[in-house]
Amino acid sequence: MTATTTHTPAGRSGAANSGQRSPVLSARGLVKTFGRVVGLDGVDLDLYPGEVLAVIGDNGAGKSTLIKCLTGALTPDAGELFLEGRPAQFKRPQDARDAGIETVYQTLAVAPALDIASNLFLGREKRRRGVLGSVFRMLDQKGMRREAAQALADLGIGTLQNVAQAVETLSGGQRQAVSVARAAAFGSKVLVLDEPTAALGVKESNQVLRMIEEVRSRGLPVILISHNMPHVFEVADRIHIQRLGRCAGVVTPASHTMPEAVAIMTGATTLAETPGRPAA
Amino acid sequence: MTTTTPPTTAAQQFALRRHSPLRRVQHLLHAHPAISPFLVLVISFVVFSTLNPRFASPNSLSLVLQQVAVIGALAVGQTLIILTAGIDLSVGAIAILAMMLAAKLAEGQGLPGGLAIALAIAVGAAAGALNGALVTRLKLPPFIVTLGTLSVFTAVGLLYSEGRSVQATDLPAVLSWTGESFPVGRFRITVGVVAVVLLYLAVGFALAKTAWGRHVYAVGDDKEAARLAGIRVDRVLLSVYVVAGAIYGITAWILIGRAGAASPNAITDANLESITAVVIGGTSLFGGRGAVLGTLLGALIVGFFRSGLSLAGVDDQYRVLAVGLLVILAVAVDQWIRKVRS
Repeated sequence: MTATTTHTPAGRSGAANSGQRSPVLSARGLVKTFGRVVGLDGVDLDLYPGEVLAVIGDNGAGKSTLIKCLTGALTPDAGELFLEGRPAQFKRPQDARDAGIETVYQTLAVAPALDIASNLFLGREKRRRGVLGSVFRMLDQKGMRREAAQALADLGIGTLQNVAQAVETLSGGQRQAVSVARAAAFGSKVLVLDEPTAALGVKESNQVLRMIEEVRSRGLPVILISHNMPHVFEVADRIHIQRLGRCAGVVTPASHTMPEAVAIMTGATTLAETPGRPAA
Repeated sequence: MTTTTPPTTAAQQFALRRHSPLRRVQHLLHAHPAISPFLVLVISFVVFSTLNPRFASPNSLSLVLQQVAVIGALAVGQTLIILTAGIDLSVGAIAILAMMLAAKLAEGQGLPGGLAIALAIAVGAAAGALNGALVTRLKLPPFIVTLGTLSVFTAVGLLYSEGRSVQATDLPAVLSWTGESFPVGRFRITVGVVAVVLLYLAVGFALAKTAWGRHVYAVGDDKEAARLAGIRVDRVLLSVYVVAGAIYGITAWILIGRAGAASPNAITDANLESITAVVIGGTSLFGGRGAVLGTLLGALIVGFFRSGLSLAGVDDQYRVLAVGLLVILAVAVDQWIRKVRS
């Protein structure tokens, strides 16, 4: 529930002066190969405090591989990771999570039969104080439900009133909301969202985009992987374009239009040929 | 669903239609799955006591409890394993193996009774650990693992005991203490029945009120989701098999008291009967759903059918037939309530 670092709410303006800030998370020269297939061919990435960094790319461009290397699901063959300036190594997802990087997977890691509060605290349950907790390992159900309701309310999800409701009774958007709330509640440094709107309708997508903005306004930087250009251009401060295992450039919604970004992504043009407008 | 204005659009009419009485029942069962076995238990009690009033007598009901105790205890461990979407065919074999080891050592080597009980529980836990290790390390399906260990444990138990029973009179008194009975009002309750009740309370608490219990449900519900949530899936699975094995070890003690002997040929159908109790109790064979309360009700239902139909003068095969139908009905109801949506 508590952010360990105090970022100033930056919003979109954060992108403009990001040059003066030190990145929360950076990657240098990441390489990952699968036999002969080159997943990542020396990729750099910087995530600054309080920004939404979108990662776009065609299928096979190395988006997923990049994200997996950042969140411990894969270990890069070469290259370095820095979290708040210090070298970091993640051997498994739990390492990244312990370091404060929370990931919402496309496959929504929720247990359908458990209720919302149980899902929010899954894997880090709170125990009762005193003997009941220490000897009998009893859960603090009331406390968890109260905090879960608070976490959902903080993200502006008023529709989920009953945190004792089983997740399987929720719609796709509501499940996504539970996943994002879970990650936002525990992610102290970085929040990674993998295709959070892929399976959602228009209204539900908007709700998730509002949640992303809410998370950013709290100072928690977000990495957003998405195929949906309108969604990317709506919430992203900067856009990292992956192409053929490399970073084809980093643009902003102000410097480039959607067709320009897509053209760089598909190789129809390059960032050098299309430098875009200078950032306002 | 009370609206002041009548529904105008087709969609609104459909929305109202969805909350039919049947749908309400579905939602109710979804929230409280123990309701259906509880209803079956109450109805069978009423029917059987109407057919033969002796059914409801304290004597007869006390006997049902004692008959149900052994399968009821094994079914606690079975519930844990089925909650993880597994199945344990080696329940009875583990209990027999633990019982024969403890009984032979207590009889021949003069192992003190208390130690013999501790040994039975340890052997059960070790056998469970073997099952669990095969499931988690070699990634074999629980059905195959326990089908194999069913034969292995049965054979070892028979070989070790040379196929002979050990009478309770040749054993330290504490080993058959679970068969001692004491009056509670007009009922006669055995120590074994009390042990089973304690077992249900302990496991029920662990499942409902501890993080371990949550993790058992989460692993059974969606293994991959549980792993991504940071739960050590293999560790949870292994712990479930070890705890279940220890419960089978405790059951061995209850069985000696109940049967008055440690016999390697006892409870041969324990695996199917324990699965029956779990399934009738509403625990889903697909994992992640259910509770030990339902299993207790399921075990009692089977006990009621056995006693009630026999007192009604009906051939025992009708009990087998009725229980078979109940199993199919229970799984059908489970499939139906799983489709619930808000």
